[in-house]
Amino acid sequence: MNVPLEMKGVTQVHGRGANEVHALRGIDLTVREGELVAVMGPSGSGKSSLLNVAGGLDTPTSGSVHVAGTDIARRGARERAAVRRRDVGFVFQDLNLVPALTALENVALPLELDGMRPGAARGDAEAALAEVGLLEAADRFPEDLSGGQQQRVAIARALVGPRRLVLADEPTGALDSVTGDAVIRLLRARVDAGAAGLLVTHDARYAAWADRTVHLRDGLVEGGGPGSDGAGLDESGELQGADA
Amino acid sequence: MSIRQGFLALLSEQPMHGYQLRQEFERRTGGAWPLNIGQAYTTLARLQRDGLVEPVADGTEGSPEQFRLTGTGAVQAEAWWVTSVGREKPGRDELAIKLALAVTVPGVDVTAVVRRQRDETLRALRALTKQKRGLDPAADLAHSLVLESQVFAAEAEARWLDHVEASVAAYGPARAGTAGSDTTTNQPTGALTKEMTR
Repeated sequence: MNVPLEMKGVTQVHGRGANEVHALRGIDLTVREGELVAVMGPSGSGKSSLLNVAGGLDTPTSGSVHVAGTDIARRGARERAAVRRRDVGFVFQDLNLVPALTALENVALPLELDGMRPGAARGDAEAALAEVGLLEAADRFPEDLSGGQQQRVAIARALVGPRRLVLADEPTGALDSVTGDAVIRLLRARVDAGAAGLLVTHDARYAAWADRTVHLRDGLVEGGGPGSDGAGLDESGELQGADA
Repeated sequence: MSIRQGFLALLSEQPMHGYQLRQEFERRTGGAWPLNIGQAYTTLARLQRDGLVEPVADGTEGSPEQFRLTGTGAVQAEAWWVTSVGREKPGRDELAIKLALAVTVPGVDVTAVVRRQRDETLRALRALTKQKRGLDPAADLAHSLVLESQVFAAEAEARWLDHVEASVAAYGPARAGTAGSDTTTNQPTGALTKEMTR
């Protein structure tokens, strides 16, 4: 089985000359199935860049980004888009769902875009909605769903069909604490069921649900120089490498 | 104090034996504050001395005594719900004392002290969260709330430690090798710093 996400020596430089900004300066990070990794760090530390590169929304300046075995750093925009549809799901703070589509259609959308027959896509989407406990809301539109329900639909869509990697950018940011807890609990459960998750958050309370936390600062994993292995503290607090 | 008030609250439901009070107190607070049976009976004895509880005469010899609230006890049990828990005089906090001394005793690497502490606080937060993962708040609300009180306290402490680190960078004595004029060191540096620009 291919590792859902494996980044090696990833750098990203924006601009040139005096305007050059090093957003990422040598990130090594692996996320395996059944693993939830939290990314924390101050504003401008590279969290968003990391997520965009991991999900193929952006290309690194150097380094490799393997998503389910394909190095998307070496692929063009079309191929990256294909990998994204097939293997990666995103959950953002808000504006996750297409307003004109029902919950079910939203979840089925990436499968249909990838060429799956509508009937089969619908079946997979129903299964994904059932896994987040929202099958009864399948025919409702986003505006008729609460914020927490919308995030649950977004998680269902992120992991529909064969997709195993969910990249979540502050998924609890717009939610009250009880709803936020329910969403993070669901994300944790989906990862425990075999998905891989990368969770960007500024909230230590949510990062504590992850198996380990990577602290970014100035485009680097804190505590390691360029080429460090993305080591973080695991649940027991022991320092461990991402590849341990 | 909390045990006294807790017992009064429990007895406002129905008369209970000492061992029952202990058991119910522990069960409802999720076992976070275990009582030994001696503490339970000492508390009951004081409540009886103060005229807040009285034994129930059940007529059978040798069985353990049940206690119920007196009129005054019932008033005090009720009063607990309508007064807030005082917070003006917090207890001594070893960590606050330690950091206050760290910034005043010469030669202490305050930032290192703060970072070490934050690792410990986050470790505690992860351990509490792991316990929370095994709990269904719908099925055990009381236990969940007690646990979450500790979760939020750990989170607040981690945020405070971020603030300490940023404050030391801004106002504290320059550490060896870092000039105070270097403005880049004056940014909030904590890993938990909220993104103000989001």
